[in-house]
Parts: sequence; structure tokens; C-alpha cells
Amino acid sequence: MRALFSLFAVAVIIVVVVLAVTTDAGRLFFGTILPYAAIAIFLVGMVYRVIDWARSPVPFKITTTSGQQRSLPWIRNSNLESPRNKWGVLGRMLLEVLFFRSLFRNTKADLKDGPRLVYGDAKWLWLAGLIFHWSFLIIFIRHFKFFVEPVPGWVMMIQNLDGFFQVGLPIFYITDGLILAALTFLFLRRVLIPQMRYISLAGDYFPLFVIGGLVISGMIMRYTPLRVDITDAKLMGVGLVTLDPVLPEGLGAIFFVHLTMLTVLLLYFPFSKLTHMAGVFMSPTRNQANDNRVRRHINPWNPEVKVHTYEEWEDEFREVMKAADMPLEKDTESK
Amino acid sequence: MYDAGKVILGVVLFLAILLFPVWYNLAKGQTDAEPELAEPVKGETCVAPTDYMRSNHMDLLDDWRDRVVRDGERIYVDFTGNKHEMSLSNTCLDCHADKAKFCDECHTFMAVEPYCWDCHIIPEATTAGEVTHGT
Ligand code: HEC
Ligand code: HEC
Ligand code: HEC
Ligand code: HEM
Repeated sequence: MRALFSLFAVAVIIVVVVLAVTTDAGRLFFGTILPYAAIAIFLVGMVYRVIDWARSPVPFKITTTSGQQRSLPWIRNSNLESPRNKWGVLGRMLLEVLFFRSLFRNTKADLKDGPRLVYGDAKWLWLAGLIFHWSFLIIFIRHFKFFVEPVPGWVMMIQNLDGFFQVGLPIFYITDGLILAALTFLFLRRVLIPQMRYISLAGDYFPLFVIGGLVISGMIMRYTPLRVDITDAKLMGVGLVTLDPVLPEGLGAIFFVHLTMLTVLLLYFPFSKLTHMAGVFMSPTRNQANDNRVRRHINPWNPEVKVHTYEEWEDEFREVMKAADMPLEKDTESK
Repeated sequence: MYDAGKVILGVVLFLAILLFPVWYNLAKGQTDAEPELAEPVKGETCVAPTDYMRSNHMDLLDDWRDRVVRDGERIYVDFTGNKHEMSLSNTCLDCHADKAKFCDECHTFMAVEPYCWDCHIIPEATTAGEVTHGT
């Protein structure tokens, strides 16, 4: 049901776009106004999120660890599993972001006859997740060619590597096949495994379908006779980023579907689970060193305790004490 | 804000990466570049309608290649009934004599680097429109 709802939402968006771009007003809306609005909302929304997280108090140092903490000099510390300083934190964060190290440790529990509980490794999610994210990144970088002139050499290099096998004309990009396969896996995992289906929400399916729509419409534009003249697409892309928007005549509905899938993704991004893109850097369990025993972590929630030190007390009663000949720590007059 | 320095650094990096096209174009200062195509030296029409050629010429070339190399056909009858030899160097570049000012104009703009010229010969462009054929 939740999957169907998301699928339906994406389908409605596509139909609306296809109908709307037959009119000039529709092309202006979906080709210029909405993209600008989406970029603004995405950037402001994400920055707001990050600032909001950065302002939230972190009462305890709650680093997650899975290795030996730094203690005595002759016990070897695992700086990546239980970081002792900021370099350890940085290294662990980089490995997490680039290679999803914690997901690699994913396990599954199975109830076998007996009943016996058996734990095994489960690497498919890690593999599909990694392939999906890397393909997305490479496609994203390759797309810079639609927005910049001249196209920098490193973008060309990535594109040529992506088309390394030179299959077909236009050349098939490896990442296109990989991202489709990974998306299919990520989707099937949610619908075929009963437990996964039970916990999956519309908010889990919707991004999958939007990104699926984005990828498929892009591939239709490249590999099928529905191709648009991508020279026009570039004129439009460059126009968008130089704040001089143009809408060339030749761009077909499929291009607007592609663009709108991205627009929807951008609009949805800051309000959804996709914020994990920024959130991973802000997780207190991952961005703090495990150095509780070395450095005191001050809890910003600690109530302010009213104290009255002996010094202040003596100041207050000095005269009286002096008169009674009591010993004073600090005798101001006898100096 | 906690760790303000690091957070601001992160936010600035995030914006710099996403807005790469904006500042890169500003730095290069070439905002209204557009491919300028040399006129074909002969022919009234292309081998297929211009609209189709603009976006789908690679499909046509692929089709030509297969028909020549796999099926041994050499002659293509275009939409106006004219006959052409199905050849990359000898036909396309016969009319579009100046590859650098035609094919490459678009391809450089669109960052496409067809590998065809690893093997296929680029006939020398002559101003008179005459073309020295390669094989
Ligand atoms: C109107 C601009 C334009 C002109 C003129 C043009 N091309 Fe292209 N060509 C393109 C674009 C854009 C692509 C890439 C399409 C894509 O990536 O979807 C392309 C792709 C190709 C490809 C496929 C290359 C690959 O790596 O995928 C070949 C081959 C090709 N063109 C040959 C030619 C030849 C030969 C000429 C000159 C006779 C020519 N083109 C003229 C715009 C043009
Ligand atoms: C008989 C001469 C002739 C041959 C052969 C020929 N073309 Fe053309 N081509 C033309 C003409 C003339 C035009 C311009 C038509 C127009 O302006 O409407 C053109 C236009 C084009 C365009 C669109 C350019 C634009 O203005 O956007 C492309 C791309 C193209 N040709 C590629 C090719 C390729 C690739 C081949 C080989 C398969 C080829 N042509 C073979 C004469 C030819
Ligand atoms: C590895 C070398 C090689 C590469 C790279 C190559 N070709 Fe060819 N091509 C050949 C050979 C060999 C023939 C056969 C020539 C013949 O029989 O006349 C041929 C024939 C053709 C033909 C028909 C005959 C002719 O004279 O053109 C076309 C069209 C063609 N290739 C297009 C392409 C296109 C488009 C590309 C780039 C996407 C390409 N080829 C890349 C080697 C190559
Ligand atoms: C991050 C967002 C985006 C993703 C994930 C994405 C994905 C894709 C994919 C998978 C393809 C298939 C071919 C390829 O891999 O190059 C494609 C093609 C294409 N995309 Fe995107 N796209 C995105 C944003 C955009 C934007 C903003 C534009 C607007 C200019 C755009 C315009 C195009 C065009 C014109 C093609 C056809 C390319 C060709 O024929 O070579 N895309 N896209």
C-alpha cells in the first residue's frame, strides 16, 4: 500500500509535467521557476538543518566503539575503532562515508529448526548501497558538463572511464547499469522480505521511485530514439547557473520529466530521511573522540549550582569574626 | 553553536561543491558560448531530416556501420530518395567537409569524444569544398 501510494504520487507528477509542458506557461514553471525554487529550498533547508543540529546540546560523549580504547601504553589502541583523537575520528568518518564501513558489519539473524538462532553475515545491502551511492556521485559529476563551459578535463576523464567498454552508440555508461541494478535491489529488498515490508514507510519508497524515475528518464534520453537534442539541454543548463535562464524550443517532454524528478527530489530532500547526507557528519556517536578519560566533557545541561565559598563567607562575616577574635584566612586591615 | 568553526567549514564546502558550475563559469567568464557550425559544402538536405540528425546522428552511424560491416550493404537511400554510400569519412565528411568546424564544434561543447577517428581517416578540409578522400 505504502509502496503503491508513492508510486502513484510519482506517476501523477510525471503526468502533470507531460501535460503542462505543452504550454509555454507550463514550460516556464517546470523549466525555470520550480528549479530555482527547489535549489533555494534545498540549499537553505540543508544549511538550516545542519545549523540546527550544531546548536543542539550534546549532553554526553557517546562515541560508538568497536575496538580497544586507548589506556595503558602497552595495550594497543585501535584508533579507527575507538578514536583517541581527532585524526582517528576523521579517518573513521572518511571510511564510513566513502565505504559504509559500519554497514559492512551488518548481520542477519535466522531462526533455524531446533529452534536454533543463527547469525550470519549480510553483505548485499552494503554492496547495493555502496554501488548506488557511488554511481549517483559519478553521474552527478558527469552532469557538470551540462552546466559549465569549457568542460574541465577531470569531468571528461571520469566520463571516459565510465564509458570504458565503448559498448553501443552513444556509449553505454557503466554507472547507468549499476545504479539501475542497485535501485532494483534496494526496492525488492523492501517488498520481498516480510520484515522489511512491515517497517517500510511511504517515506522509504518515495525517494526510491523519484530517483528511479530520474535515472530511467535520463537513460531514455540517452539510449532511445526519444533522445532530445542535448546541445539545447546544455544551453538551458548553462542559462540556469548563470542566472540567464533560457528555454530552447527543441526540448521534449522527457527532458522536463527528468528535470522535474530532480526538482521534486531537491524539494523533498531537507524534509526527509535523505538528510542523512549531512546527518552522518553531525552524529554525536561518530564525530567525537572516545577520550572521556582524558578530557572532561561538559554537559551543557548541567544546572548552574549556586555555591557560597568559604572566601565569600569570610568576606561577609569578617567584622564579626574579627570582633570575636576568630582566626581569619585573610586579614584585610592588619596589612 | 557547538564546534562553530568546523560546522561553518563544512557548510562552506558543501555550498562550494554544489555551486561549482556557478563559480566555475564566473571564473572562466564564457557564459554564452554556443557551437557555431560550418555550412555543409554541398547538398540541400542531410541524409535524414535535420531535426533527427541533430539528436540522433549517432544512431544512424551505428546503423550504417552494422549494415556495412555485418550485412555488406553499401548504399543508403535517404528520405528524399537520394542514394549515398554508407561511409563515415567519405559521405558525412564529403558534405560536412570541415570536421573541426562542424562535428567537433558540437562535440567539444558537449564534451563528447567519439573514438571513431582512432581508425577512420579525417579527410583534409579544403576551402574550395573539395575533399581528399581517405580510404
Ligand atoms: C548539433 C551538434 C552536433 C553535430 C553537428 C555533430 N554531433 Fe555528433 N554528437 C552530438 C552530441 C550532443 C552527441 C552526444 C549524444 C549523447 O551523449 O547522448 C554526439 C555523439 C556522437 C557520436 C557518438 C559518440 C559517443 O561517444 O557516444 C558520434 C559517433 C558522433 N556524434 C558523430 C558525429 C559526426 C561524424 C559528426 C559530423 C559529421 C557529428 N557527430 C556532428 C552533437 C553533434
Ligand atoms: C548530401 C550532403 C550531406 C551529407 C552526405 C551529410 N549531411 Fe549532414 N547536413 C547536410 C545539410 C545540407 C545540413 C543542414 C540542413 C539544414 O540546415 O536544415 C546537414 C545537417 C546536419 C546536422 C545538423 C546540424 C545542425 O544544423 O544542427 C548534423 C548533426 C549532420 N548533418 C550530421 C551528418 C552526419 C553524421 C552525416 C553522415 C552520416 C551527414 N550529416 C551527412 C548535408 C549532408
Ligand atoms: C578499431 C577501428 C575502428 C573504430 C574505432 C571504428 N571503426 Fe568504423 N570501421 C572500421 C573498419 C575496419 C570498417 C570496415 C571498412 C570497410 O569495409 O569499408 C569500418 C566501417 C565503418 C562504416 C562503414 C564504412 C565506411 O567507410 O565508413 C561506418 C559507417 C563506421 N565504420 C562507423 C564508425 C563509427 C561511427 C565509429 C565510432 C563510433 C567507428 N566506426 C569506429 C574500423 C573502426
Ligand atoms: C543529481 C541529479 C541527476 C541524476 C541522478 C541524473 C541521472 C541521469 C542519468 C542516469 C542519465 C542517463 C545518462 C547518463 O548517465 O549520463 C541522465 C541523462 C541526462 N540528464 Fe540527468 N540526472 C540528474 C540531473 C540532471 C539535470 C539537472 C539536468 C539538466 C540539465 C539533466 C539532464 C540530462 C540530460 C540532457 C541527459 C541525456 C544525456 C545524454 O544524452 O548523454 N540531468 N541523467
